[in-house]
Amino acid sequence: MKNVAYINRPNRPLHLYALIYLAFLYVPVLFLPLFSFNDSIYVAFPFKGFTTTWYEQMLDNKPMHRALMNSVRVASVAALVATMFGIFGAKAVTRYRIRGKKLVVGAIMLPLVIPGIILGVALLILVSRLGIPLSLYTITLGHILISIPFSMATLIARFEGFDKSMEEAATDLGDNAWWTFWRVTFPMVFPGVLASLLLCFTISFDEFIMAFFLAGTESTLPIFIYTQLRFPQKLPGVLALGACILAVSFVVVFFAQWLRRRGLAGASNAGV
Amino acid sequence: MSKNDPYISIERLSKHFDSVVAVDQVNVTINSGEFFSLLGASGCGKTTLLRMLGGFEAPTAGEIYIENEPMSGVPPHRRPTNMVFQNYAIFPHLNVRRNIAYGLRAEKLNAAETARRVGEALELVKLQGFGERRSDELSGGQRQRVALARALIRRPKVLLLDEPLGALDKKLREEMQLELRALQQSLGITFVFVTHDQEEALTLSDRVAVMSQGRILQIATPEEIYQRPVSVEVADFIGQMNFIDARVIGVGNGNAVLDTAALGRIRAPTLSGLAQEGAKIVVAIRPEKLRLSKERPHGTGNAVQGVIKNTAYLGDRRHFYVAVQGCDKPLAVAAQEVQESGSQQFEQESPVWISWADESVIVLDAN
Repeated sequence: MKNVAYINRPNRPLHLYALIYLAFLYVPVLFLPLFSFNDSIYVAFPFKGFTTTWYEQMLDNKPMHRALMNSVRVASVAALVATMFGIFGAKAVTRYRIRGKKLVVGAIMLPLVIPGIILGVALLILVSRLGIPLSLYTITLGHILISIPFSMATLIARFEGFDKSMEEAATDLGDNAWWTFWRVTFPMVFPGVLASLLLCFTISFDEFIMAFFLAGTESTLPIFIYTQLRFPQKLPGVLALGACILAVSFVVVFFAQWLRRRGLAGASNAGV
Repeated sequence: MSKNDPYISIERLSKHFDSVVAVDQVNVTINSGEFFSLLGASGCGKTTLLRMLGGFEAPTAGEIYIENEPMSGVPPHRRPTNMVFQNYAIFPHLNVRRNIAYGLRAEKLNAAETARRVGEALELVKLQGFGERRSDELSGGQRQRVALARALIRRPKVLLLDEPLGALDKKLREEMQLELRALQQSLGITFVFVTHDQEEALTLSDRVAVMSQGRILQIATPEEIYQRPVSVEVADFIGQMNFIDARVIGVGNGNAVLDTAALGRIRAPTLSGLAQEGAKIVVAIRPEKLRLSKERPHGTGNAVQGVIKNTAYLGDRRHFYVAVQGCDKPLAVAAQEVQESGSQQFEQESPVWISWADESVIVLDAN
């Protein structure tokens, strides 16, 4: 240990703390896939036996499929629209001289700190006053609203991270604003765009409160799961679904990381 | 268009950033095919002036004409100029070939013609075989060449260069200076070059504009700037200079007789109208125009005695700082280092004589 720098010396209490922390974080999550294979409708030890019944039931559960598809559609649209606004907003904030810029940015970021339940109620009142029927569209609207600050924050960092003389060089080399955006700005911020899409999709996908207030007859997955919890015999099915979502999330996160690393390594290999 | 037509005409051009005046009523004409440098300390407005030429900043007042066309309101992509940016601004998502071909989009060339033009440009900057390199695989000098090729492929009439050699080490910088000069002469393009390095400006340029606080102090050839600076500020900025306060006591025959505390009564050629009798002026003499000797030199009246206070070894020459009575700062005297300098060994604290020729005395306004 003598040849290890002082600040790099191992510290046993801190190791222990790190282990406890990780356990606290992941053990509850691991119960989900574990009990999804348990041959009992009650989530309790000891295990009764191994079964794939719940997964088979899940495959036949038409209302669940419908809710899942609703969620995917809402989340996709919300992610795309929020990211688009995020790109416009981040470019404006980082590239133009705007009077009262800090105030504008603050106003855009505000939904981050407004409790979802308040936003939900406010939107519900607005939408019903305007006579707009509650539907997946109203949920999407709410999700766009709460996603934009996250998209902006992600993209502002990306816009600030690259030299604006890149864009000047593009205009100098004959490109107008449109071409400059598509040939330089967009490729340069593309990793940020991907990150924003994933982030906004995730936020919308598991958002409950706003969806609860703004849902019409069609519900999203979180609401569907919530309604299922009232029936004990449906619980294992929810566990199976949760395990599947968990697996997909892991794959997506690994894919995103892989993309990011590839982006870093081959930043200049991409085409025009 | 012949070589000496005014090609770029800058008229009463100003740029204000809020309350800061970056460029203050500047008038310049730049000739076709000229290597023109804007020289000044950082913050003097030279880069702002260049960016206005490129169309990246809009002037607060005044106008720029290129080939008699007013440029205000003309965006960068429609100007006959191209720019080499200070940090090169190489697109990191494109390889060298695509970086260089970037500006050919509007020309709608076919693949073969594009490849030929890129090949030409690569050859011009001596980067053959580097086309498929990624930008992060290039050295500083190579990045600089890519930026140059990328700007030149559009065959601009004016190339704007914003301290393009600032990031390179000294040896590479000197190499690139020679190449840049050769390139400019073979292409015959007008170069407008921004630098804070006076040596670089003097080496490269046909003419230099010395700037300070948004104003142009002097526009002249490198020789003139060095030999005949028009003000104390210019003289101080370019090279090393000894300044001595003086008073005019007589004028005639293109000469002035001056009274100084340090050098006594001296003579100087007068070029401007400021040498009126009784006027307070400043005398400037370059260190290399002063001679050092142990004995009082014969045949000239221009000599004064002093004591060596300090020396600085500069490789090819040595600077001696000589304290002279009546002069608050020691005078700098440059002496060439020669092999047989044995006879001229000057010790510190030893008394020496300083001598000079009348022609080397520059008369400047006291302000």
